[in-house]
Amino acid sequence: MSETTDRNGTGPAAARDERQTTAVIGSAGGRRIGGGRRGGRRPGGRRKHGPGAEQQMVPEAEFTSYYGRPIVKPSPWEKDIPIYLFAGGLAAGSSLLAAGADLTGRPALRRTGRFGALAALSVSMVALVHDLGKPSRFLNMLRVAKLTSPMSVGTWILSIYGPFAGAAAAAEAVAMLPPGRRVGPLRLLPLLHRPAGLMAGLAAPPVAAYTAVLLADTATPSWHAAFKELPFVFVGSAAAASAGLGLVGAPVAETGPARRLAVGGAVLELAAEQQMERSMGITAEPLHEGKAGRLMRAAKALTVVGAIGAAVSGRSRALSALSGAALMAGSACTRFGIFEAGQASALDPKYIVVPQRERLAREGPVRYEE
Amino acid sequence: MIGGKNSLFGPVDATANSGYGDDHPPRKGFFTDTSICIGCKACEVACKEWNDVPADHFDMTASSYDNSHSLNANQWRHVAFIEQPKRLGAQDPGLRAPQVTDLGMPTARPSDTLTVEEGEQTDDTKPDFRWLMSSDVCKHCTHAACLDVCPTGSLFRSEFGTVVVQDDICNGCGYCVAACPYGVIERRRAPDGAKNVGIAQKCTLCYDRLGAGQTPACAQACPTESIQFGDVEELRERASTRVAQLHEAGIMDARLYGNDPEDGVGGAGAFFLLLDEPEVYGLPPDPVVTTKDLPQMFNRASTAAFTLLAGAALAFVGRRR
Ligand code: SF4
Ligand code: SF4
Ligand code: SF4
Repeated sequence: MSETTDRNGTGPAAARDERQTTAVIGSAGGRRIGGGRRGGRRPGGRRKHGPGAEQQMVPEAEFTSYYGRPIVKPSPWEKDIPIYLFAGGLAAGSSLLAAGADLTGRPALRRTGRFGALAALSVSMVALVHDLGKPSRFLNMLRVAKLTSPMSVGTWILSIYGPFAGAAAAAEAVAMLPPGRRVGPLRLLPLLHRPAGLMAGLAAPPVAAYTAVLLADTATPSWHAAFKELPFVFVGSAAAASAGLGLVGAPVAETGPARRLAVGGAVLELAAEQQMERSMGITAEPLHEGKAGRLMRAAKALTVVGAIGAAVSGRSRALSALSGAALMAGSACTRFGIFEAGQASALDPKYIVVPQRERLAREGPVRYEE
Repeated sequence: MIGGKNSLFGPVDATANSGYGDDHPPRKGFFTDTSICIGCKACEVACKEWNDVPADHFDMTASSYDNSHSLNANQWRHVAFIEQPKRLGAQDPGLRAPQVTDLGMPTARPSDTLTVEEGEQTDDTKPDFRWLMSSDVCKHCTHAACLDVCPTGSLFRSEFGTVVVQDDICNGCGYCVAACPYGVIERRRAPDGAKNVGIAQKCTLCYDRLGAGQTPACAQACPTESIQFGDVEELRERASTRVAQLHEAGIMDARLYGNDPEDGVGGAGAFFLLLDEPEVYGLPPDPVVTTKDLPQMFNRASTAAFTLLAGAALAFVGRRR
């Protein structure tokens, strides 16, 4: 029940806010946006930490709302969904690494990639089904194929990718059995070894990218506003995480490509994230505040440390593995941070009213034009 | 569905776009004229009764007279109560009270100030505040984000051009919840033991009643005809006439919201006459269906996917170590 009320913005915390916003409402009849501070709403905005005083970089937004209550609903998703986003990216990147390792003769990296992909895929499936409540509900998604629904498209992408990733991992497991134990149909699996692995690698990139569309195709302000750069943040994050797994699981003699992928992924993720915040306007604010802010800062630190570690730890297995773990943790923090920022942005009507008012002032109402 | 060129944005016949033939009934909807709403909440009650919507949220909000919080899974109609320091045209609240300046929770005043003495009502003695009341509901958008993103086909466009959830197909993924630009649809969480917990819920525009040629329960129960039900085409004309009438009477705050088929959601099946900015009522000022940007989103995602593929391939080029 307490969850119910909080989600509707009617819990005790929201009640406190409501009283404050009533003061703004009280003088309604006009709207004041972008002006000075009043109404005493909680201080928002990015802060610059300098010597001495804190300086507010984004001025407090003035806006009118209905007793401070949310306008859009936050998604009802819980931590299952960021886990799903992270695991999906990890699986996709791992399949790519495994395919490359297979083609270039790096058996340990290939094994790590294939087993990692299957494990991550299983985690993401469990998270998804847990979110839906019962497994049979997943089947309802297979009733239709809808191009306008990223969730439907994603389900089909996974349905193509999953069997290949599974077959590649199974072939890998069979190859580890002593020849005498490969009986019956198991004898056929080695035939699938390379084709399944390559198909999984080809089907993997969409798995990593579609989750960005999944979040962006909503009315959640901080997700929708990020739609241009979010796919790049997510594929960068997927590359960094899977390269991290490669560093953890394979000996240093085989991890050259994983190191390069780690650095490339981390650079892409950080650069795209930077660009994304610039283009998001006021809806970038939740990425710096509260839980989301802490997660995003952790993500940045872990990714930077992990990438540097990956680049320099060439001869030490232990250091490589540590860098790899940091990269995976960084990727997970990115997913959780962006998820939380979106949820927070949906609960504050400011992130709906202010950008729409700014757009109205700039371009007038959105209207269809031939 | 992606059918014609205006499938994701722009004016379109919502019903025909969803594949109904020429013989479908005219699009049905609501015109809610909030200028005559008295806040009786008959619509809220009628909706709950007819649709067997469970009650919860018996807690007070402690900030206004609005005790039903918001549109949500268990509240398919919601009457907003807004208290403003502004006089409404000819509204006479029947009170003789001093200037109202404190806009916190109104407190009880000594009874003598509440007594209306005949002949004493002059403009100067009227309170300079007004109540705005507005019965909100699902907009049954022409471009309905909830319907577009639903991965199961549980949300569908009815032959009346309205948007309805089928509770036996919905898998509770909650995608529609985050997609609706008005915060209408929600997954039911409470009360325990209620039917359809975990399933998306919202106004069906009384699909069952429409099928039987009846008026939706909320409109039927509305004593002031603030909620007008009918053919959307005709309602749009009625709305323009009404807003012109109010402007003539000097109520320049009156404006229509959601009636324009060229707006961000392709026009709503349920639209409103408001007396202030939309956000005052808890409505988004200029909503746009999220799927308008979908083609661009898929393009960016495809480029990103290709970048990942190319990046992984590049990582294997070069030094063999
Ligand atoms: S208002 Fe929201 S729930 Fe209603 S049809 Fe439009 S998008 Fe769907
Ligand atoms: S919660 Fe139900 S109605 Fe909403 S998108 Fe998911 S399946 Fe469709
Ligand atoms: S049309 Fe029916 S379901 Fe919708 S609000 Fe009115 S009574 Fe409720």
